[in-house]
Amino acid sequence: MRTDPLALITVLVTDCGSTTTKAVLFEKKPDGWRQTFRGEAPTTVEEPVADVTVGALNAFTEIEEISGRKFLRYSGHSVEDVPFIVTESDQSKGIDLYLSTSSAGGGLQMIVCGVVKEMSAESAARAALGAGAIVLDTLSADDGREEHEKIERIRHLKPDIVLLTGGIDGGTKSHVIEVAELLLAASPKPRFGETLKLPIIYAGNKEAKNEVSEILKGIAHIESVENIRPTLEEENLKPARDLIHDFFLKHVMSHAPGYGKLLKWTPVPVMPTPGAVGKMIHDFAIRRSLQVVAADIGGATTDVFSVFKNNKGSEFVFNRTVSANLGMSYSIANVLIEAKTAGIKRWLPYEMSDNEIHDRLRNKMIRPTSIPQSIDDLNLEQAVCREALRLSFLHHRKLAVGLSGQRQSRGIADIFTQSTGREELVDLKALDLVIGSGGVLSHAPDRAQALLMMLDAYELEGLTQLAVDSIFMLPHLGVFSTVHPEAAEEILMRDCLINLGHAIAPIYPQKFKDPILAIVKLEGKEIGKVRKDEVTLIRSNSIGSGKVQLSIEPTHKTIDVGVGRGEPNLKEIEIGQVGIVLDGRNRPINFPQDEKERISWQQKIYDNLTLKY
Amino acid sequence: MAFTPGLKASYSAQIAKTRELPLVGRTLVKVGDTVKSTDEVLSADLPGNLHILRISEKLGIDPDEVLDAIQKNNVSIGKKVKQGETILEHSGLFGLFKSRFESPCDGVIEYISKTSGHVGVRESSSPLTITAYIPGKVINISEGKSVTIESQGAIIQGIFGVGGEKIGILHDLNITDNKAITEADIPSECSNKILFGGTSPSIEIINEAAKRGAVGLIVGAIDDQALTEYLGYDLGVAITGDEDVPMTLIVTEGFGNLVISNRVLSLLKKFNGKSGSINGATQVRAGAVRPEIIVIHSNEDKAVIEKDKSQSLELGSQIRVIRVPYFGAYGQVVELPNELTLIETGAKARVLKAKLNDGRLVTVPRANVELV
Repeated sequence: MRTDPLALITVLVTDCGSTTTKAVLFEKKPDGWRQTFRGEAPTTVEEPVADVTVGALNAFTEIEEISGRKFLRYSGHSVEDVPFIVTESDQSKGIDLYLSTSSAGGGLQMIVCGVVKEMSAESAARAALGAGAIVLDTLSADDGREEHEKIERIRHLKPDIVLLTGGIDGGTKSHVIEVAELLLAASPKPRFGETLKLPIIYAGNKEAKNEVSEILKGIAHIESVENIRPTLEEENLKPARDLIHDFFLKHVMSHAPGYGKLLKWTPVPVMPTPGAVGKMIHDFAIRRSLQVVAADIGGATTDVFSVFKNNKGSEFVFNRTVSANLGMSYSIANVLIEAKTAGIKRWLPYEMSDNEIHDRLRNKMIRPTSIPQSIDDLNLEQAVCREALRLSFLHHRKLAVGLSGQRQSRGIADIFTQSTGREELVDLKALDLVIGSGGVLSHAPDRAQALLMMLDAYELEGLTQLAVDSIFMLPHLGVFSTVHPEAAEEILMRDCLINLGHAIAPIYPQKFKDPILAIVKLEGKEIGKVRKDEVTLIRSNSIGSGKVQLSIEPTHKTIDVGVGRGEPNLKEIEIGQVGIVLDGRNRPINFPQDEKERISWQQKIYDNLTLKY
Repeated sequence: MAFTPGLKASYSAQIAKTRELPLVGRTLVKVGDTVKSTDEVLSADLPGNLHILRISEKLGIDPDEVLDAIQKNNVSIGKKVKQGETILEHSGLFGLFKSRFESPCDGVIEYISKTSGHVGVRESSSPLTITAYIPGKVINISEGKSVTIESQGAIIQGIFGVGGEKIGILHDLNITDNKAITEADIPSECSNKILFGGTSPSIEIINEAAKRGAVGLIVGAIDDQALTEYLGYDLGVAITGDEDVPMTLIVTEGFGNLVISNRVLSLLKKFNGKSGSINGATQVRAGAVRPEIIVIHSNEDKAVIEKDKSQSLELGSQIRVIRVPYFGAYGQVVELPNELTLIETGAKARVLKAKLNDGRLVTVPRANVELV
């Protein structure tokens, strides 16, 4: 296997997901790097197979069949040694490199513990999430729960890894020791290998390292890294994240069925799937100096990633959150509980009884692989998607505050503002690009539906570009970017991201009366007007394609089209597949209270976007 | 192929159940033993709760003083203590204001923190036993961890359930036309009975059945609201089995107003009055777990054990549609086009054509049917 980027021509990458193992082939062609073939097969970590490599080999075989390229030495059965033909002189055979990500068996599941909820515990959550973990619970000395409740909770959960933090270096030790005692009292058992000790990472006050190790050594395999919060003004997540990745490979992956073999097939560490997606989005945003929000909405969970400039505008800050129980199938009923029936109903362009909504969504929950056949059923699922995205994004905005994932300093003054409404990093007016991933967005029958779902869910402001991940390739590109970042970005732009288009949403005073909010021009020629409370679409087939100069001119000095009140927004854009949506609804969106009026208002939006209902 | 394979409903099948301990313990049977469903096959000692005694904070003294005082009292790691036994006695200024700290429970001193002076007392362990759940023969043992029991009998899977393992006598509610259950359908005495029949029980009916002693209720469908009231909370994710409910509830078809399929109902009726093992545990994810009804029987009237039916769709396959607009309808596959077909939503999907039992000829995505 080769890892020198210049020597790479054919690269095979898998993402071993909970249900499906997706394999893709990246190839260097005369016109550059492309994603060429794709194969998938059910993931085989469960009994009776209980060997992840069987599913991977099935996915490889599908690629061999479709592409006609022979790269397997063995087929049809799992083997201990590397099963690939490495390309030599005959360029038509073999591969140069194999890489993989994994979220099989529910991904990396962690408990994080700190002393203060909004300080060390929050930093610990950020470290775990950034490393690609699902945080099962965040415990802290001040989280409002009784000690016995916390012990019960820890016992009930079976994490892969626990991250324990607390205290600044040289500060008081007793609090973090109390948290360690809590872990001892609960004696949590690891998810894999019941006879093994639970891996615990200690990243707290360095002075308490020995005592914490002493307390926990009987029940856990404990290793320490630099403090996550060495001082009040500093957050240092990287050492903890690196050790989480290391533990993930050593203690989690190696015990998962068949992973021992899979790890030997690749010279590059297997990454947790969300960690790989996060890396791709982070690197892409920084290289292009873009502020980005990306969401992957799955059956059970919704991951949200963001890259925004910090409050001083000097540095890009990456954040990831995962809403573990907001999804489109296994967790669909949880979206219903959180959004309430009214929250889902308000997006529907027709009447549907509460009972009908409840029964349909519960039936989807118990039969998760079924797909909408009728338009009303599709619209119901898309309404649920809006709410799942909206709720996940709210959750994300709460965590994407203050400190960054990189080592950086904050002033004492910032600390004082931390507990009293810290400044959010997410700034919708500054947001350049929204990326959507997951079946409900990527496979929406009409791309305009995907665009509208994201516009509604995030309530975008000003001018924002929207895109979808064509076939959920971001994990593959993320792990590939650890070897060849330029090639990964080339494929991202050419084969992964589908540019849907742009949304223009002026913000205006609630009492604003005039019907026209802004004039939109392309290359100096008017193409449309943003009308108050209306949503309209200028389809791309009426405005051409390629890069064009866009101007949005507010009609009044109180209207903000993304660059400040009364200021025109001028930007070069690339016309997307759908076109440009003009959204005249104010923020937050005001839904008509009367049900009939609301339905006809939604119908008008669907009509304007030529969407069926 | 993307479709939901049919749930099991087999008169006679080889059934193997692996019973596992959550922690390493003891195996109480050996390979070849014959066990009853209620026999204990595994046991373990669950570690007791750890009480953390924050003595220095409680008495307002330094950790060093705590360590000195407990040493004087001969308290050390591994020492057994009784509830109320003195852990520490501390004399205040000039020997005045003596204060004591007593153990809150019977247990063993597990640790003494040199930094904080905190003392951990672990309560005695409590026994945990695992029963066989189904009668049969022990065929495999992983010492101290698991036991596999094999038997032959009927197995029926539901689509969704709540509540854990129960053993009882199957009792047919004899509800004509499989209608909604009324209070009159519930026998006045249901102790250890697993009731089956009917659909959409109200919360009052469910509670009444449980009150009269039923250990299980098997119905075609349930109303979302009744389920929420029975559980006492809204169920968000389809992972069940640990609910604190008096009676296990198994739904064979789904939510709404669906009747138990003929195939399942006729099978259940064959075992009316027989002992069955049921479990409502459901996990709708990879490695899906569905609720189950198992009746072990001698299989006298059927010599051959049924093999699992083919899991692939074929012309003539009997199906049920599991999504609107034909939700709940039964039919037969009449065409299986290979190419992707445009459906009403505008998506292209692999479809089949089916003749429904009411005579309609319909096109349905293959993902939206299950074999019956």
